[in-house]
Amino acid sequence: MAQQLHVELVAVEEKVWSGEAEMVVARTTEGELGVLPGHAPLLGQLAEPSQVRIKQAGGQQVAYDVAGGFLSVTGAGVTVLAESATPATPAR
Amino acid sequence: MKKITKAMELVATSRIAKAQARVEASLPYATAITGVLTALASNARIDHPLLTPRERVRRAGVLVVTADRGLAGGYSTNAIRTAESLIARLQADGKEPVLYVVGRKGVTYYRFRNREIAASWTGFSEQPGFSDAREVGETLIKAFSAGADDVDGDAGADGVLGIDELHIVYTEFKSLMTQTPVTKIIGPMEVEDRPRSEGLGLLPAYEFEPEAEALLDALLPKYINTRIYAALLESAASESAARRRAMKSATDNAEEMIEKYTREMNTARQAGITQEISEIVGGANALAASGSEV
Repeated sequence: MAQQLHVELVAVEEKVWSGEAEMVVARTTEGELGVLPGHAPLLGQLAEPSQVRIKQAGGQQVAYDVAGGFLSVTGAGVTVLAESATPATPAR
Repeated sequence: MKKITKAMELVATSRIAKAQARVEASLPYATAITGVLTALASNARIDHPLLTPRERVRRAGVLVVTADRGLAGGYSTNAIRTAESLIARLQADGKEPVLYVVGRKGVTYYRFRNREIAASWTGFSEQPGFSDAREVGETLIKAFSAGADDVDGDAGADGVLGIDELHIVYTEFKSLMTQTPVTKIIGPMEVEDRPRSEGLGLLPAYEFEPEAEALLDALLPKYINTRIYAALLESAASESAARRRAMKSATDNAEEMIEKYTREMNTARQAGITQEISEIVGGANALAASGSEV
């Protein structure tokens, strides 16, 4: 894919993950959404508890369980703010 | 004794590095949440209770960050002194100060003087975690919200005497040699409502999920927690730096003392030897004198 999303996942005590991805899937209080490159700017509160999945090029996927999180989408990329983020057991 | 202080110096040194690393690690989140708040503030109307100054401030909360343990030079004393001058200023303005204390040293100080402490937390001054900051933050935010409907010494509808203003006193880590206690106001918060032309240029028009007001509600307490967490972390770094310096001079003093006493001991031993020799010599002379008479 030509376009990539720049994704940053930051918890309060440290930066958890950052890199390029094709798509980010998260669930806000309003419902589940997927963010692709070129998504309109968005600010959302994540549901509690919530899982954020980051799909990288080549079909790889990383997932984190996030508590107290916010999702911010701008032209520059996606930022996930979390009070705590732990790697979720992969797959599904 | 020298070994003890030297060990404490080394421990403190490694803790400074650790605390500084944690300050740095918490920066991305702080930057991100500030950015999000700014975006939110410039897109939504701001009339959140945590942002609006109260018309009359009757009770002002003061959060003092001190150390749990001593042996850190003037670290806690300086923080308390700064807090005291802030309290005096608040009282001069006709505001009633309400104390919140972090660290055993501060608690002991105020308890000894029979001052009322609204709430205190101890046990994490050297290595604070975010959960500690959240605990502190939630208590303070609750008190702050409870203060909204107070009328002149009357607790108002919710029956809780809250606070109308929130100050924090912590020690800023400037360098290994300099740590200054500072006071900051964190409630009501000052959000810079920057004109859009500044900074990053045009801020994008955001979509909000849920509504902007609800988001602000959820985001602001987190922001305050972050601020408190940052203050705790910096204080921890300052505390370790202060302790390192105190222990360094203690080690130096111990070295000096050891040198002095070694010298004194040698002098005493030498004096003893000299005395013995002169006694032997005196005795031999006396013997020789008595022998020649016979």
